[in-house]
Amino acid sequence: MSYHTLLFQVEAGVATLTLNRPESLNSFNTEMHAEIRDALKQVRQDPAIRCLLLTGAGRGFCAGQDLNDRAVAPGEAMPDLSRSIKQNYNPLVHSLMSLDKPVVCAVNGVAAGAGANIALACDIVLAARSANFIQGFSKIGLIPDSGGTWTLPRLVGRARAMGMAMLSNKLTAEQAAQWGLIWQVVDDDQLMDEAHSLAAHLATQPTKGLALTKRAINAAGGNSLEQQLELECDLQYIAGCSHDYREGVAAFVGKRKPEFKGE
Amino acid sequence: MRSHSDITVDAPVQGVQLIRLNRPEARNALRTSLLGELSDALTDAGQDDQIRAVVITGSEKVFAAGADIKEMAELNPVGIWKDKRPQHWNSIKAFHKPVIAAVNGYCLGGGMELAMSADIIIAGENAQFGQPEINLGIIPGAGGTQRLIRSVGKSLAMKLILSGEFITAQEALAAGLIAEITQPELTLKRAIALAETIASKSPIAIRIAKETILAAYETPLSQGLELERKAFLFLAATEDRQEGIQAFMEKRSPQFKGQ
Repeated sequence: MSYHTLLFQVEAGVATLTLNRPESLNSFNTEMHAEIRDALKQVRQDPAIRCLLLTGAGRGFCAGQDLNDRAVAPGEAMPDLSRSIKQNYNPLVHSLMSLDKPVVCAVNGVAAGAGANIALACDIVLAARSANFIQGFSKIGLIPDSGGTWTLPRLVGRARAMGMAMLSNKLTAEQAAQWGLIWQVVDDDQLMDEAHSLAAHLATQPTKGLALTKRAINAAGGNSLEQQLELECDLQYIAGCSHDYREGVAAFVGKRKPEFKGE
Repeated sequence: MRSHSDITVDAPVQGVQLIRLNRPEARNALRTSLLGELSDALTDAGQDDQIRAVVITGSEKVFAAGADIKEMAELNPVGIWKDKRPQHWNSIKAFHKPVIAAVNGYCLGGGMELAMSADIIIAGENAQFGQPEINLGIIPGAGGTQRLIRSVGKSLAMKLILSGEFITAQEALAAGLIAEITQPELTLKRAIALAETIASKSPIAIRIAKETILAAYETPLSQGLELERKAFLFLAATEDRQEGIQAFMEKRSPQFKGQ
C-alpha cells in the first residue's frame, strides 16, 4: 500500500510508520489522518506485525495540527474543533494506546502540540538529543488535546504538567528524559539505528504478554489498588494460557534461547 | 441430538449447556433459521434434566450484529405477518431455565434483543450495545423497545433507539443493562463459572426464582409480592428446601435433587 503523506513499511515483524510531510514538519492534515487510520488498521489486523515504530521524515517529528488546514480568521464563523478531535485525534490516541502490540516512537526532531502528545501516547519513546517537546496549545488559546492533559500529569506530575501546558516552553529531549516524560535520549545519528533495533527486539518477544502488560499499565491510572490487583489476576490468567509463556518457561528450564510466536 | 449449522452446542461443565452463535461470515446476524435452531436447542435443553443453566455467546469480536438485513429486505407485509420469527422469539422467552448471555464485541439490534432476553448479561470490556434499527427506517421488533426501557430507564432507552448510537460495556454496566464487565478473553469463562454456580443450586428453587423475578415486569407490586409469597410457600414443600437448610446447619454442601 502506498500513501501520499506516510511511508509505511513492514519488515521482520516490525511495521515502520513514518510521517512524511517534511515540508510542513509532518503536521497533521485530514489526508494524513485518513492514511494513518488505514495503516494502523493493517498493523492491528496483521498477526505477522509484532511491533510498531512511529517516526517522522526530515528535521521534525510532528508539528501537530497543520494550521493551514483549518481556516480560522477573526470575523469568520467559530470553528468546531471538537469535530476533528472526535474524528481524528481521539481515535488515533485510542488506537495507539489500545493496540495489542508494543509501539515505539522515535522522536527525530521537534514534537509540538498534538505531535508531542501523539508521541507520548506511544509505549516506549526515544528522542534524538536535538529533539524537543512543545505543548504549544496555550500560545493560540487552546488546551492540550490528544490526551495531553491526561498523559502529562501522569508522566511528570501536576506541577510540571501545568508549567508545560500553560507556558508552552520548549522542553529539550534531555530534560524530557530527566523528568520521566520519555524513555531515553539518543545521539541524533544513532537514533534510527537504536529505534530499529529496539523495535526488532520487541518483535521477537512474547507479544501477547507485552500487550497484556500494556493493558494493565494503561488501566492503572483509573483503578484503585484493589481493582488493579484483580485486573492483574485476570490478565495473568490469560497470559498463562499463552504459547509464549510455556515456551519461555521451557527455554528457561532447558537453558536455551526461547522462540516466541507472539501467541 | 439435532444437527446445527448456525449454532454449536456443547456442555463445557456439568449442568451447563453452551450455545455459540456461529455465523462468522455474517457477524452472527440472526437469520430466521438461526433463531429456529436456537429455539430448538433451548427446547432440547428444557427437556434435559441434566442441564440446569444455559450460556449463549458469539465470538470474541461479535455477539450478534443484528437481524439478517438481506432476509428482511425480501419480506413484504404479508411475509412479515406470516413470519416465523416471533414464534421463535416466544420460545426463547418461554425457556424456564436460567440463561446467561456472554457478550463480546458488537451486540446490536436483534443481537441486543437476544442478550436482553437472557436473564443475566456478562460483557467484555470491548462490548458495544445498540439498537440501530432506526438507521434502516424501522424499529426494534423483538422486545427492544420494551426490555431496554425496563432495565435502563426512559432517557437512555430513547437515546439508543431514536439515535441508533452505541454504548460501551462501561456505560451499559452503569445503566444496569449488564451485570458484570470482564476482560474480553475471560467473558465466556466467567459466564460458564456463573452458570456452574447456578447449576449447583436447587433446580426447583432456581426455576421458581426466575419466574417470580420475571413476574415483576408483568404485575403491580402488590400482586408480585403475593406471587412471591405463594412461590415461597410452594418451595416449603420441596425436599431440596429441607436439604438446603439441613446442610447449612451441618456446615456441609447440600445435595439438591430437584425434588
